[in-house]
Amino acid sequence: MQFGPLYVSDTEGYDVEKRPGIFSGKIGVAFLAPALVFVAIFLILPFFWIFYLSFTNRTLTGITAAHPEFVGLANYERLFDTDRWMRLGEFGNALWITARFVLGSAILGQAVVGLTIAWFFYRRKGFLRELVFTTAVLAWIIPEVVVAFAWSAFLDVDRGTLNTILAALGLGKPDWLFDHPLLSIIIFNTWRGSAFSILLFSSALETIPPSYVETADVVGASGWRKFRDIFFPLMRGHILTDLILITLWTFNVFTPFLLTGGGPRFKTELVSIYTYRTAFKFFEFGKGSAIAVVMMLINLTLAMGYLIMLRRQKVAS
Amino acid sequence: MREYESHLSKAFIIVFSLVCVAFFSVPLLWLLTAPFTPKTTLAVEIPANPTLENFRRVFDNSFAIRALFRNNLIIAGGAMLMVSTVATLASYGLSRTRLPGKNTLVYVLMLFSSVVGGTAAMVPLFLLAHNLHLIDTHLGVILVLTGGLLPAAIFMMRDFVESIPRSYEEAAIVYGASPLRIFCDIAFPLIRPGVAVVAIWTFVNAWGAFLIPVVMLRNPKNMPASVALYSFYSEAGTPIHTLVAAYAFLYGIPVLVLYLLVNWRFGFRFFGGIKS
Repeated sequence: MQFGPLYVSDTEGYDVEKRPGIFSGKIGVAFLAPALVFVAIFLILPFFWIFYLSFTNRTLTGITAAHPEFVGLANYERLFDTDRWMRLGEFGNALWITARFVLGSAILGQAVVGLTIAWFFYRRKGFLRELVFTTAVLAWIIPEVVVAFAWSAFLDVDRGTLNTILAALGLGKPDWLFDHPLLSIIIFNTWRGSAFSILLFSSALETIPPSYVETADVVGASGWRKFRDIFFPLMRGHILTDLILITLWTFNVFTPFLLTGGGPRFKTELVSIYTYRTAFKFFEFGKGSAIAVVMMLINLTLAMGYLIMLRRQKVAS
Repeated sequence: MREYESHLSKAFIIVFSLVCVAFFSVPLLWLLTAPFTPKTTLAVEIPANPTLENFRRVFDNSFAIRALFRNNLIIAGGAMLMVSTVATLASYGLSRTRLPGKNTLVYVLMLFSSVVGGTAAMVPLFLLAHNLHLIDTHLGVILVLTGGLLPAAIFMMRDFVESIPRSYEEAAIVYGASPLRIFCDIAFPLIRPGVAVVAIWTFVNAWGAFLIPVVMLRNPKNMPASVALYSFYSEAGTPIHTLVAAYAFLYGIPVLVLYLLVNWRFGFRFFGGIKS
């Protein structure tokens, strides 16, 4: 997925579930049937298929393509081979890069940028707000190959816009993609995806009753106090929803491949890129599936963790 | 003193806004100037003699033009039709039937699609398409994209459906109208704005898709623009900047236009209200 829904509502505690239906269950299922077929074939089936494939030596061509053999945990043993798995271009390395990438660009990047911008433009309308939101959204929705290409020009050592600006400020001309590749894709992904968090947090802020803020204004609370004591507690659910989604998307994102190709020397090889390389460059479908299984289990664990926090927060409030 | 402070805060607002605008727009500025520049440059400069020569040369590349104006339209249009039809039916069914746990179901499905629909499922999706003889067909790409985008589309669509009143439908039931008729004649016209938003969202997502077409398609003739962009690279693998920029410009324009359309018709934001 390139970019997520424009709209996320906090669906729990929403009383539509208790409304009586106007149709019987049978008719409801008939309306749902096409969607259920799609979900079964293109989401549920692949999910179990990945598990199955990860225990085989399936390849694209050759004997093992037509007659894959059951190899037990061999693919996993190769992934977690402790002698080499932290080396460049290996699985452990890819996981470690992905962890820093998610922390840097989703949590410290997109969520913080999103919250800052949404908070800053809270109850402010007008041209400047429109301009900021429009440019952020365009960065988010323009096709990924286009933005990757624009960024490779932007980060060019000698003539790129970024270094032209830095040089004019007397800050030198670093070779971004060569000397700071991970930092480059973290900034790139923050730039690319912040719009989602900005929009989500702006909508969340609008649901806060103005009377709360007015009361705080009357007693002369500072901006920070208002944020800490009024907004943050009321927005905790939205913040968690935002974090769940951007963490999962960032974990699975493939776009940095278009900017760096995973290099130099595997320094930006995210797990998604490692999977792609294993499965579709070397056509080792069995090993590629084993990577995918580990990746999905990590994702599901993260999602569960957030959901538990969300539930606990609901109970508390 | 107060006046001084308000000037100060106004200046701060302007500076902060401009920093944000610069952060989001400066990396793309080069795409606005380079297509019109006669010779290759990576610097952002307004060309002294702007030219359309690059676009003319892009149009000489029939492979890339076919990718943009045919393959991309088929893939994005097809996914748009599929997703908006299936998601509308599903969210309507969900909304009008009493089904315990349906909110959680949709939410979990969306999280699940973020996990499986990404790069993790590339291999089984490829094998699935292979077994169904859908490799190297646009239909295969459309179906896989639809499967991935559907849960999020249903998630977005539901609030549009929940927000329309049920009294007309209830009246129609009294008169004995069939469920399909009620959906087509009464509900659908009311949820059309939601359908439009989901349709455009799907179109833009499918329009930019790169990884799935790369995995699923073989024949260069079938490739979408995201892949065809690389036909403007020299044999050594370096981009011919002016041409790639011109092509990227053409490829990005529809997204910009659709964004402006949504923004003008509906206001681009989170549609409906957030319930806390």
